[in-house]
Amino acid sequence: MSLQLAPDGRLKHLLTIDGLPRKLIEDLLDATDSLRSVALRGNKKLPLLRGRTIINLFFEASTRTRTTFELAAERLSADVVNLDVASSSTSKGESLLDTLATLEAMHCDMFVVRHPDSGAAHFIAEHVAPGVAVLNAGDGRHAHPTQALLDAYTIRRHKQRFEDLTIAVVGDVLHSRVARSELRAFGILGAGELRVIGPRTLLPPSIEELGVRVYTDMDAGVADADVIIMLRLQRERMRGVFLPSESEYFRRYGLTAERLALAKPDCIVMHPGPMNRGIEIASEVADGPQSVILEQVSNGLAVRMAVMSHILGAQVPQMEASA
Amino acid sequence: MSRVLIRGALVRFPHLSIDRVADVLFEPGRVLGLDPGPAQARGAEIIDGRGRWLIPGLVDLATRLREPGATHKGDIRSEATAALLNGITHVVLPPDTRPVVDSTAVVELILRRAREGRGATVHVIGALTCGLGEDSLAELGALRAAGCIAVGNIGRAIGNSNLLRRALQYAASLDLPVHLQALDPWIGAGGVAHEGRVAALQGLAGIPETTETLALTRDLMLVEETGVRAHFARLSCARSVAILADAKARGLKVTADVAMPNVYLNEHDVLPFRSAAHLMPPLRTVADRDALQAGLSSGVIDALCSDHQPHDADAKLKPFPSAEPGASGVDSFLGLGLKLVGERLLSVESWLERCALAPRRILGLPAPQLEPGAVPDFALLDAAADRTLDASTMVSRGKNTPFYGWRLPGRVDLATVADRLWVRES
Repeated sequence: MSLQLAPDGRLKHLLTIDGLPRKLIEDLLDATDSLRSVALRGNKKLPLLRGRTIINLFFEASTRTRTTFELAAERLSADVVNLDVASSSTSKGESLLDTLATLEAMHCDMFVVRHPDSGAAHFIAEHVAPGVAVLNAGDGRHAHPTQALLDAYTIRRHKQRFEDLTIAVVGDVLHSRVARSELRAFGILGAGELRVIGPRTLLPPSIEELGVRVYTDMDAGVADADVIIMLRLQRERMRGVFLPSESEYFRRYGLTAERLALAKPDCIVMHPGPMNRGIEIASEVADGPQSVILEQVSNGLAVRMAVMSHILGAQVPQMEASA
Repeated sequence: MSRVLIRGALVRFPHLSIDRVADVLFEPGRVLGLDPGPAQARGAEIIDGRGRWLIPGLVDLATRLREPGATHKGDIRSEATAALLNGITHVVLPPDTRPVVDSTAVVELILRRAREGRGATVHVIGALTCGLGEDSLAELGALRAAGCIAVGNIGRAIGNSNLLRRALQYAASLDLPVHLQALDPWIGAGGVAHEGRVAALQGLAGIPETTETLALTRDLMLVEETGVRAHFARLSCARSVAILADAKARGLKVTADVAMPNVYLNEHDVLPFRSAAHLMPPLRTVADRDALQAGLSSGVIDALCSDHQPHDADAKLKPFPSAEPGASGVDSFLGLGLKLVGERLLSVESWLERCALAPRRILGLPAPQLEPGAVPDFALLDAAADRTLDASTMVSRGKNTPFYGWRLPGRVDLATVADRLWVRES
């Protein structure tokens, strides 16, 4: 029995990409298409979630992700409450379940949760009151499903069939919830070839079993790629046991214009942000013509609107997809 | 209750070559004899043993009693009683209490509380080092004098190989047995699950098998060099079984145990983020589990233990990585053991060997006898009865078990050790 899928096939929660049917993902991407014009217009709200209350429950600091969730809810006319739990009750010793119970007493409809523990979103979904939805905005190293959906959506806008694509994910896959969710999503969407590129210290040992090809050599890994996704390298990984230094990492795995030239000429470059320029990606690539990094951010808004509408049962109207 | 006659039970004491229906007459503290005459049994309370097995009391090599230090999870009285009611007549408390068992005061406290209770006999493993830390040897001689049955590092890594070597030399000079849990302090530190497919998928910090195998290899070298009597606790992977088999084949006199959950479960059982299956050592691969089973049946692994770690509900009501590791074990130790027999992984004799007799040899305890004057140390059980393991059937204060809801064979109707006797009310 799936915790996140209702018997009718709709999402009760979105906790992970794992186990989602391809059709459901495609429906969400289609709804994203419809909502994208609204998201980009910015001055017009849709009344889809009027009267609903969404609580952003962030146990881990985040500005960008929380802002896009907040904006997405507001564009759908929901009431939004932001709670940085990292700095409030749990630091006073309150348990996660107590925090949840307190917030449920406010009769909210959805928790958007970010938490440093892998599996935290599952845990919360198991314990919330019936009828309250949980949307995982990143749990530990486990999953970040809306990021994967927005990346899939961004790829779909630029490329046609996933079956024809070679997609390379570069960097700290070991600690990355983004990578885990993306590899799942692209796999379900039928991607032709999935590659992960990085030093062995930053790749989970059994990663090959996920159906990906492993490259420890960046040049070989990006060769003829259609999509290159650079992962953020957390500062604390750069020195010490995972990597010798930032500069060595950039020399071996940084995406430079020379390396990008090894990929297909129309290869797009993505990054979930925030970027470390000069460490995982050269500025000339980040700001170059093949980069779709800023578009990812605006697509993130539309994807989150689509997911929120879907989970809370609002019918997304068919709209003219903007160019 | 003075004298008790268990009538018509199938007495299964493989070490005495007894496997037949018999009557057993005893009183608390003393066995009065096998198949007593009518005159001798006159006036005794009669317990119907027909259809039941009388077996040596089980011995659990790792039972956290949670006292001192965590009495909100359980205490000596509650957990030693829970053990006895499940047919376990001896429990061994590892030294990782709070404070750790590194002083005679802590040993004396535990043994006094245990004597006040009515449960299984409690044995204590003293800490090998002060605070189970990396700085200095604990007063091993004093710990033994205070009643410790062995010393060890259970649950804590000793990274300082020089300290460990000195500790083993010192223990050897006292002829004090050492229980070692092979753990590397750095590899896999902070991990919460076996470093493998499931951890990779779920984004759980991994504990590679080298955490164990590296330390096991080192520890075996030091054991060989120092000549200390050593027991290796809680092996979790196939490679460890192979390393141990090699050492034994070389003639090294070492023993080892495995925790019951690692014999049944594997890394997939943590899905989806089941905090009840957050264990230390972690559940590893199917191949590892199979090798542990094979090691048990071949005898490379000498003993099974419950690795009892009762928790309060809140300790597990957390996201997987934050939940405290460990499972409550005494309530399922007998049932899971019988299930191994039912699944033909072990014979009845080898089950009793792994769960009752080998642990006694490891601890230096005598095997239970049935001749007049012997100390009673046995359990009467209905092997055909079964029950569902849940909060209503568990006796331990800790209800945290990955086997929750399992249907398990076996029901203990009577257990006795020394002057303690428990009989199920019918």
